[in-house]
Amino acid sequence: MHEFGITENIVNIALAKAGEAQASKVIQIDLVIGEMSGFVPDCIQFYFDSLSKDTIAQGAVLHFELVPAQLRCRNCSTTFHPQDTLWSCPKCRGQSVEISKGRELYIESIDVE
Amino acid sequence: MKKIEVIQNVLEANETIANRNRQLLDKHKVFAINIMSSPGAGKTSLILQTLARLKGRLNVAVIEGDVASTVDAEKVQSEAKAVVQINTRNMPESCSLIAAMIESALKNIPLDKIDLLLIENVGNLICPSEFTLGEHKRVVISSLPEGDDKPIKYPLIFIDADVVVINKMDLLPHVDFDIAAFRRSIEGLNPKAELFQVSCKTSEGIERWCSWVLEQAETNAAKR
Repeated sequence: MHEFGITENIVNIALAKAGEAQASKVIQIDLVIGEMSGFVPDCIQFYFDSLSKDTIAQGAVLHFELVPAQLRCRNCSTTFHPQDTLWSCPKCRGQSVEISKGRELYIESIDVE
Repeated sequence: MKKIEVIQNVLEANETIANRNRQLLDKHKVFAINIMSSPGAGKTSLILQTLARLKGRLNVAVIEGDVASTVDAEKVQSEAKAVVQINTRNMPESCSLIAAMIESALKNIPLDKIDLLLIENVGNLICPSEFTLGEHKRVVISSLPEGDDKPIKYPLIFIDADVVVINKMDLLPHVDFDIAAFRRSIEGLNPKAELFQVSCKTSEGIERWCSWVLEQAETNAAKR
């Protein structure tokens, strides 16, 4: 549901960067999206198709690089991928953890011509 | 074909507006709290309790965020200094308030006459966690009938919270809610979060919550 505004930002950023480069077409947009970010690539794609219509970004390929979640144990500093919903450290079984990777959502680069 | 390096956070546009909101609030010494929870956990009830207790001590404005209706705004109307209802149904984000909505709402609030702004977000444990509004503190309410597993199921909103309020404590004898397990989950995810146990029905714990709000608002005003 909340991908609409996000996608609007993606289109705006891509168009601004393409404009600065005096490009005539945006070919691809490379996005980095964390597993924990709460944004769904399919939804972004869906909104992108309508929001980019009649712009130089229409038809651009959205490429998503998915960053797996990585948690860090506050007790023993072990980093791990959450295997279940309980988020306990595989080494010390501690449940005090922080997210070290997986909340990203940014545009890495765009391909233009 | 040419590759252009961008490296730009997609949420930056929202964060820029949120920072602007915070600067405006700080200029007027207004302390702002973003109140989030699932639907029915007691956001409006906590706001009503807070308004009643802080009457005469702080001038409070309320922003009500809902997909539709003015039901909540009508409930708080008589007690708050100013109320603005935001209906998100026809907005880009219907499932959460975003900073741009707050920016417009602030234009309709007499900030010079206000000490505290309570922002009631749309009832939802997912979307509001992604959008900062310019608030000073983020509060998440969990109520007993929802079950003690919410922090495990919706970790992000609890990770970013400054305060977690457990509401409907009066229902404890009637529901299977393990307070200790809930507290352990919060302490694991977010050891810095302050925890309050309240019942908006019986007023249990409300005094302590309101003391915290008062103290935070005063500390914030003194800094500006």
